[in-house]
This record gives sequence, C-alpha cells and structure tokens, in this order.
Amino acid sequence: MNKRAPLVLDSIPGLLARNAQDFGDKPAYREKEFGIWQSWTWSETLYQVDSLALGLLTLGAEKGDHIAIAGRNRPYLYWSMLAAQSIGAVPVPIYQDAVGDEIAYVLDHCNARFIVAGDQEQVDKVIDIQDNLEGLEHIIYLDARGLRKYDHSKLTQFQKLQETGRQLESTLSAELAQRKAKMTYDDTCVMLYTSGTTGRPKGVVLSNRNVIETSKNSSQFDELGPGEEVVAYLPMAWVGDYIFSIGQAVWTGFCVSCPESQETMMTDLREIGPSYYFAPPRIFENQLTNVMIRMEDASRLKKWMFKKAMAHAKLVGPALLSNQTVSLIDRIKYWFGDKFIYGPLKNTLGLSKVRVGYTAGEAIGPELFDFYRSLGINLKQLYGQTEATVYITMQPDGEVDANTVGVPAPGVEVRVDDSGEIYYRSPGVFVEYYNNPESTASTKDEDGWVATGDAGFFEESSGHLRIIDRAKDVGKIADGRLFAPKYVENKLKFYPNILEAVVFGSDREYCSAFINIDLNAVGNWAERNNIAYGGYQELSQHPAVLDMIQNHIEETNQSIADDPMLSGCQVHRFLVLHKELDADDGEMTRTRKVRRRIVEEKFLDLITGLYDGSERVATTTEVTYEDGRKGSISATLEMRNATTVASQKVAAE
Amino acid sequence: MFDQSESFVTEDGRTIGGVMMEMKNITLRFGGVVAIKDISFDVREGEIRAIIGPNGAGKSSMLNVISGFYHPQDGEVWYKGGKRPPMKPFEVARQGIARTFQNIALFEGMTVLDNVMTGRLNHMKAGILSQAFWYGKAQREETENREIVERVIDFLEIQNIRKTPVGRLPYGLKKRVELARALAADPKLLLLDEPMAGMNVEEKEDMSRFILDVNDEFGTTIVLIEHDMSVVMDISDRVVVMDYGKKIGDGTPKDVRSNQAVIDAYLGVAHD
Repeated sequence: MNKRAPLVLDSIPGLLARNAQDFGDKPAYREKEFGIWQSWTWSETLYQVDSLALGLLTLGAEKGDHIAIAGRNRPYLYWSMLAAQSIGAVPVPIYQDAVGDEIAYVLDHCNARFIVAGDQEQVDKVIDIQDNLEGLEHIIYLDARGLRKYDHSKLTQFQKLQETGRQLESTLSAELAQRKAKMTYDDTCVMLYTSGTTGRPKGVVLSNRNVIETSKNSSQFDELGPGEEVVAYLPMAWVGDYIFSIGQAVWTGFCVSCPESQETMMTDLREIGPSYYFAPPRIFENQLTNVMIRMEDASRLKKWMFKKAMAHAKLVGPALLSNQTVSLIDRIKYWFGDKFIYGPLKNTLGLSKVRVGYTAGEAIGPELFDFYRSLGINLKQLYGQTEATVYITMQPDGEVDANTVGVPAPGVEVRVDDSGEIYYRSPGVFVEYYNNPESTASTKDEDGWVATGDAGFFEESSGHLRIIDRAKDVGKIADGRLFAPKYVENKLKFYPNILEAVVFGSDREYCSAFINIDLNAVGNWAERNNIAYGGYQELSQHPAVLDMIQNHIEETNQSIADDPMLSGCQVHRFLVLHKELDADDGEMTRTRKVRRRIVEEKFLDLITGLYDGSERVATTTEVTYEDGRKGSISATLEMRNATTVASQKVAAE
Repeated sequence: MFDQSESFVTEDGRTIGGVMMEMKNITLRFGGVVAIKDISFDVREGEIRAIIGPNGAGKSSMLNVISGFYHPQDGEVWYKGGKRPPMKPFEVARQGIARTFQNIALFEGMTVLDNVMTGRLNHMKAGILSQAFWYGKAQREETENREIVERVIDFLEIQNIRKTPVGRLPYGLKKRVELARALAADPKLLLLDEPMAGMNVEEKEDMSRFILDVNDEFGTTIVLIEHDMSVVMDISDRVVVMDYGKKIGDGTPKDVRSNQAVIDAYLGVAHD
C-alpha cells in the first residue's frame, strides 16, 4: 500500500476511506435531480459523509446511539447511514411509508436520539408522535420545502448541520478520527427492523463482520466489480437495499444511482441501464403486463414478429444463457430475434445491460421467470432473510431453475432437519434481536444455527434447495406423505384465472382445494366466449368455468406428480367459492395473505362436503360490507373430482 | 380594521410587507354594461389575497385589469409605488406579474417541459439569429432558463410528466402545469384565476398546498379568484368580496365571514 495512510478495512467507514483513495474520481452515488443526473465521486462522498459526521458530533451524538433514517432512496440518506457509522452510532432505516404508530414503535424501541427525515411528510409524522418519545432529541431534515415556519429548536436542515460540522472541524476532527479508528469488526454496523408479519417488528442487529463478509462473498460469487451500475429504488429499511446500496457498493466500489421520484423510476432505470439488478416478482410481473398490453395495440406485423420471436426465444433463450448446446440455425435465428425484438424490448425495460439479475421474496411463476430468461436476461433466484444479512442460497450462473433457490451462498452452511425446516449458519448470521433475548434464543442456537421458519429440501438431481412452505403450515397427509399447501397454492395461482387457492389435507386422506376465480380474467374470458352471467356467484358456479378450473387443477396435478416428495399434494377434489376471500370478513390479512385457520372454521360445512363425497352442498355465508353492515349470501356449490396422476415411483414398481 | 402603513408578521410567521399594488376607484364598462364599478383595494407584499363573489360579479374582469388585458375607463392602478400607465399584457408581465387562466391556456401539442419553458420567454434576450443557429448566447440562455424551469418542475412534483405532451394529461395536472409556467416567469405577483375549479377534494388539497408553498418558499404575492369558500377561507390572508361589479366587503376571512352584506349576497342565509 506504498506511502498512503494505512487503512483499516474492518468497518464500513474504513472501506469508504479506501474507496476515496483507490477510486477517488469514480462516481459513487448518483441522483437525478432537476432533470439531470448529479453525481458524487467516492472522495466527494467521503467529504459529505465526514461533514455530516462532524455535524452529528456537534449535536452530541455518542457511540452506540441509534440514528433513525426515513425517506425515499437518496444519496443524502445513504450518507446519513455512513455518517452515523463513522461516529460509532447505529443507523436504523425506517420504511418511509410506515404510519405514525409503526414509526413510534421503532423509535421508542431503539430509543433513537436523532432522526434524519427526507421531507416535510416524514418530519410531520415524527412531530405527531414526538411527545411520547423521550429519547428523541433532534430531527435533521433534507428537503426544506414547507418547513420554514416550523419551530426550529429541535429541527436542523441537513446541509446546515454539515456546515456547522465543518465550522467546528478543527476541534472535532480528532474526535472523529479517533471514533473511526476504534471501530472493530464486531461492532454493530446497522439495525434493521423486520416487517413483522407475526407480532411486533424486531430489530435485527448486524455487525460489521456480518455486512462485510456477506458483501465480500456475494460480490465474489457474481464477480461484481467497481464497474457495476445499480439503481437503488427498494425501501431503504429492507436488508437487501442495505447490502446492495451500501455493503456491496463500498466493498466493490460500484456506483449507486437514485431515481428522481418514485413515478420516474422506469425512465430513470432506462437511462442508467443497470448491470446488477434486483426486483421482487411483482415488479417483473408489472413490467411484463405493460409490455403485453402495449403489444395488443401494436400493428399486425409487429404482433406477428413479436409472437414468432418470443416463441423461438422460449425455445432456445434459456439454453443459450446456460451455455448449453444450441444448433447453429437456432443461434442465427436468435441473433435476428435479438436485433429486432429482444434487444429493443430489453432496452425499453431498461434491462439491456443486466449481467446479474436477482428476484426473491416470494415464488415467481415459471412462465414469468422464463420470459425474462429467454430474452437473454440473466435473471436468477436467491433465498435469504434479514437475519442472514440476505444470503442463504443463490443460483450460480448456468444453474437456474424457477422451482429452486440455488445452492448455499459462499460461506453459508444449510441443513434441513427431520421436520423439513431449513437451518443455516454463516458469517452473516445476525448478532441478536435488539433488546429481545428470548426471541434471539428461540431463533438462533448456541452453535449459531438459525431457524428460518421455512420448510424445504435439497433436490436430489441438482443439489439445489427448494422452499415448499412456511414450516408451521407443513404437515402430513393421512398416509404419511408430505403436505405443503403453499406449494400447491402458488402453482395454482400462477394461472391468471385463479385469484386465490386454499388447499386442505393435513391429516386427511387426500388434498382438496377451495378456488377463488379472478373476476377480471374470467369475466373477460366469459365475454369472449359468449357466456352470460349475472354476477360473481353465478359466474363462479358456471359449468364452463368449473371445467376450466378443473383443467388447471389437473395440469397442476400432473406437474406435482413429477415431484417425488410432494406428489401426495395432488388435489383430488375441489370447489369454486361463491365469494371472494376478503380482509373485511377476516379471511385474509390486509396484505392479502389467507388466514388458513379462519377459512377452515368458517367454511367447515364445505370442507366436510369435500371429504364425505357429496356432489353438492348448500351453504349460507355471512359477509361484511365495506360500511360495516352484515349480510349473508346463500349458494349451492358443486364439488368436483379432479383426475390425479399416480406418482412416478409408484408407477415404476 | 387593517393597518395600512407598516409590515407585520402573521400568526403563522410570515412577514407581510407594505402595499405592493393599489387599485384606485376602478370602473370598467363594456358598452352599457358596467362590469366593475368604482372599486378600490390594495395588495400587500407577500400576502395571499382572494377575490370572491357570485358568478358575473366581475372577478375575472378585475384580474384582467391587473394583468393589463383590460383598460379601465376610470381609476388608477398603482404598482410598486408608481401609477401604472395603460400597458400591453407583455409589458405587465415584464414588471413581474404572471397569471394562470380559468380555462386552461396551454399549448396542447407541446410537452410539459416546453410549455413551462415558454414562461421564461420574457427572460430570453438572445437575437433571432443566435436562436436559429443555436449558438453562443442563445445556448447559454437556454441552459440557464432550463435550470430555473427544472427547479419549478421539481417544486410542483411533475418530473414524471416532463416529456409528456400536455394534451394527454388529466385536467388536474394541466392546472398544475399552468401554475408551473406562471412560476417559471419568476413573478413578484402571481394571479390565479380559479386554480381549483373542477378539481376533486384531493386535487384541491394538493393545489392549496402548492399555493401556500409558493407563497412561503418564494415570497410570491398571490391574488386568486376562487369559488370554493372553504379553500379561500383557509389559505388567504385577506379577501375582497364583489357583487354586481361592486365591492361589498374587504378584510380577513373572519371579518368577511361575519359581514352581513357578504352573507346575504354570496354565502346565502347563515344556518345555525
């Protein structure tokens, strides 16, 4: 390292200092503002971060303080996290759309002394709850708009604080340098709150070791280098964003770009052309839907070209991506397709330059997954959690499958216990849940193994992990075979006609299912096929609709039968519900997740019907209208048998 | 009633300065029809001044007198301490007065950005040759003006429609683009002719916030005509009430609300 100052690379601020030396003139953060991409190099970033760190020192921030951060993805807020770390404080990013109560809980739980708020909206939320937060001393805000008239005794503008810090630099810089130098590998780096689907959110404490080791391993896995382009648009409070936009960015020195606003995201994505991209399945689905809708309006020639090209892409695209053998003719055809269709399409989607793309969070439909892969976009899956600093398993290039989530990430050990639950141990395993030793103890054992709460298994053929369900929902069918309802439900839900599916079968002879049709999709289909109907209930019980759903189920059974472990989950009998499952009726959560127990209780008569062989069951269901009034609907539902396939193993005997 | 001499600070902490514009005994006739009859009122620097009144009261005519589009037969307009001679609208605009229209008057085929750029026309001095060849001064000016326009676009949160032709936008957004164009002119006095007409509650709330923010952030003096009473009462500092071309009330929203003539003419009979 010749004559430069010795660098200590065991903290995020240490890595930032290294980048300022090694890639000083290379862009580190970009943001589109006033219609132009503004950018800051690594050395400018270091200056900005230090200014704010000095500013925080003037406010009396101490080592170990929690500093909350709330707002949309902006370089300034990333710098706030880095500045907090530079003075030994712990940044706590908060979901920007969280309501007052949720923010109050988090701020109170971690006893945050300071909060950096993006704009007036965030400031207002904090001011509303401020009276109950004794620990909160000062709000630092970024966008001054609308805040002029506020009482500024506890309120400071971001850049003003930086200026104040710089003015007192001579007296404070020694303190800052000392705090940076004192940082160790096992000091807390960041605290992230889990979204809390069950109970209150928990603060996951991650150390420098967790973040740096994970960033290093995952960067090596995908050969991420300083040349990558990344667009930061996912919530800053989410562990993935922390790792992509700070962890891996400071480790490898690549540039993170922030969009102008949420609405301009797609335009900005196209302008940046990321080489490393992450999106949940929902975003890929929206993009595909937009493409399809616009294709519907295209001229006939274009439609024909699109159809032809996509059919070919589906055939050879994934194989080409995985470096499998493809005939010369097919390669030439694909080349033409790329020139005329795939290339321009990828460009429109902003995905032309994607070298490594990831999706995670929920199951992705194989069709959707293959669509992007067939275009030549190297989309892969990974499986992770906040507690693991993201990575548990990931798919290596060329070994990609829509059904699996890949092999253990570098440095991660994964095991599946007898009940099917997945455990892992890695350098990324979190330190603890903040102020919650009970939960920490029940999640992480003494040897460092962490229970994921998910059930899965390693596929014998490929050695890749497959997630089947939440562990608590997994059971056994009466004959002892594995029962994983979510696995089947996801497969069913990939059909556009099926909005929701609930599969039963734990401790029963066979599996059966409730189906909710998607009124838009099925209604459209009915219109095209001249099927008249008077309403949801009538449409749901129409014989042609039942036939269609039966087809979907039988196709699904076929594909489930291919799976040696889950072949018992084929749906033997089903019915189509006469009402949509609804959060107002308590059948779903507000985030549209089915509440299995409540559905089971409420429709007990129907479930009985599915298992006692009846052909029809008359039922009355209580419903709650949006204004809170109650009513009831009655219907006679037809129970149908679906053809099942004997599993291959049995057939072979 | 109202201290006319000195500047003062409002309850919410804004400084209202001295008189910026004064209308003295304005009378405007169209043939035999008297649209405005002997009206006097003033506008103070930094305030939000509303003009209200029933349909046909002469509100828009009054705004047109201020903007120089109509020339009153009698009376004087005093602006920034001097009597204003009869002027063409573009001359008025050069004095730092910008406006929006009751019926949106944007260039439908042009993008939002281009429309807002037209608000800067008065600030572009480059000659026609320089403009045509996109050289030297014209280029520099465009960059400078674009920067100002981009700040306005950012301020009004219309980045995502920057490149969209105005004709494709919904009504509420068009209104916002019009405000953007007026703001781009960097006015000292902003005239808003029914900025919230035809909007739903949410759009009205947004627009109110923008009007307040403009006033707060840039210190722009605002004269607005509005039908929605609750909006007027919420955001304006002082209100002029007109009826059949005459002024029947003038004062703070509270004063106006309790003025019997105003209640009778405009708000109807009070319900208890």
